[in-house]
Amino acid sequence: MILKLVWENVRFRPVRTLLSVLLIALPVTLILTLVGLSHGFVEGSEKRAEGIGADIVFRPKGSAVLSSFNGDPLPEKFVDQLAKEPHVAATTGVVYQLVSGAFDTIAGIDQASFVRLSGPFVFLQGHGLEKPNDILLDQYYAEQRHVRAGGTISVLNKDWDVAGIVEGGKLAHLFVQIRVLQDLIGSAGKVGGVYLKLDDPRNTDMVKKQLDAKYEGYPIYSMKELEALYSVDNIPLLKYFTYAVLGIGVLIGFLVVSMSMYMAVLQRTREIGILKSLGASKGFVMGIILAEAFALGLGGTIAGVALSFGTRWLMNELMPASLPQAIVPGWWPIAGLIAVGGALLGSLYPGMIAVRQDPIEALAYE
Amino acid sequence: MSDALPIIRVRGLRKVYHIGKVDVEALRGVDLDVPAGEFLSIVGPSGSGKSTLFHIIGGLTPPSAGEVTVAGHNVSAVGDSGRTELRRKYVSFVFQKFNLLPNLTARDNIRTALYIAGLPADDFDAHFLKILELLGISARLDHKPFELSGGEQQRVAIARALATKPAILLADEPTGNLDSRNSMAVLNLLRDLNERLHQTILMITHNSEAAAFGHRVMHMTDGRIAESPTAIQI
Repeated sequence: MILKLVWENVRFRPVRTLLSVLLIALPVTLILTLVGLSHGFVEGSEKRAEGIGADIVFRPKGSAVLSSFNGDPLPEKFVDQLAKEPHVAATTGVVYQLVSGAFDTIAGIDQASFVRLSGPFVFLQGHGLEKPNDILLDQYYAEQRHVRAGGTISVLNKDWDVAGIVEGGKLAHLFVQIRVLQDLIGSAGKVGGVYLKLDDPRNTDMVKKQLDAKYEGYPIYSMKELEALYSVDNIPLLKYFTYAVLGIGVLIGFLVVSMSMYMAVLQRTREIGILKSLGASKGFVMGIILAEAFALGLGGTIAGVALSFGTRWLMNELMPASLPQAIVPGWWPIAGLIAVGGALLGSLYPGMIAVRQDPIEALAYE
Repeated sequence: MSDALPIIRVRGLRKVYHIGKVDVEALRGVDLDVPAGEFLSIVGPSGSGKSTLFHIIGGLTPPSAGEVTVAGHNVSAVGDSGRTELRRKYVSFVFQKFNLLPNLTARDNIRTALYIAGLPADDFDAHFLKILELLGISARLDHKPFELSGGEQQRVAIARALATKPAILLADEPTGNLDSRNSMAVLNLLRDLNERLHQTILMITHNSEAAAFGHRVMHMTDGRIAESPTAIQI
């Protein structure tokens, strides 16, 4: 019967219900979009790192797990030096640069050593990097930007000739010759990281230990380690930003439902009086308010999940090949708990008002 | 009727409302006995205290002093939860403004009362189905209040009040919002319910014509019973 009462209450004022649900959906969408973006970014990076085919990566001092941008670049001599280490079969140095206005990177590679390490590119169109102005795009980036081999594309304030479109999953979405990128970003003779392929993957732990001992202070990861570290929690700013958004989510849910339920309690003063005249206890009245808040929170969660698909579509339309937003179903219950929790918290005060209402005054309310 | 045990017993009842710094004495020592099965009408002008008496007997507000016993329960000695229990188990209300839950059908309004009273709410028993027949609303149960006429709404309110088999039915100006035809129908129904089901009814009204439907009429003025209840020849 309580469910019936709550359902009819929610149905009886559709505009209030719809507005409340949409407002609660807002933080849910915000949370799921942010989480989706971070997961999309991390998962994409992980897949591309995995696709390089290396066993170990050697990073500049001070670089974070998922980025090589915040450490001093390595002198390029490390590429040859590391190639001479025991059990190292091949090395390649890579330069990374953030593509302005987007959340993506362009990789400067030495095509010959890169291919030796990771295997040849699979060309869907065109050919490899031949001229300084050549750029390779992976299929995803080319499709998002609607670019074909033989066309041109502007990246880092420079027009590049699209030499080829390759299958994705290797290191980055965009590749240019390492020297060109080094010159372009003023980092001649430096690399952002060195990838090592060993004679036998079973030697990875042993070689890593040797390198750790020899090159103290340099972040050296086996690719398996790196994959395990590819987590949103390893991006400090993103982690705290996510927490902040979660907090905002709870706050919005709390305020929206508080306001909505406060209005509902005022609007339904007479109905609360009727329930009390029928002998409804304080717990019964509070139960109805809480159940209604729960329903609004649940509705907001469902709407928020649906809207997160919308933000993904919008992002792809407005900023193609920039921020990949993953759909992370594992976060739906978390976002739901936040929305419903905020809604329940927000309904407590209006609920207390309803419970304390004098039945005679409530029945006389116009 | 007169030798039945009183189902409502009121002694020295006083009620004072504190409005700002002013104390307003609404009841100034009321004594009253209502035997089970009686239909008592209380008449009086606005401010006479009849509504306050009604609210105290119905457990909607506590008395300031005096003793009120309803269906064997000392209402003056219990707190808020005790008064809630009284409303849930022993008394039911019929109001001037019908006071049906607007977003529920007539059937669900009745079911809500049953649910709150802790009674089976899914199906109505044969006895209650007869009451619905008597009230003439069996065919209107799946309509919401706004789809019903005033007379029908009041009959649904009476049905809801009787669904929980209360010891006492308290009616507050039950015909106040009805035209004369519907007023007469509702008053006849109340009298019929009283006669057929021996339902104790306490009705407050300012309409002496309506009051005449009770077995007795009690006049109130200035928070006191102005004269002894008058027996009415029905």
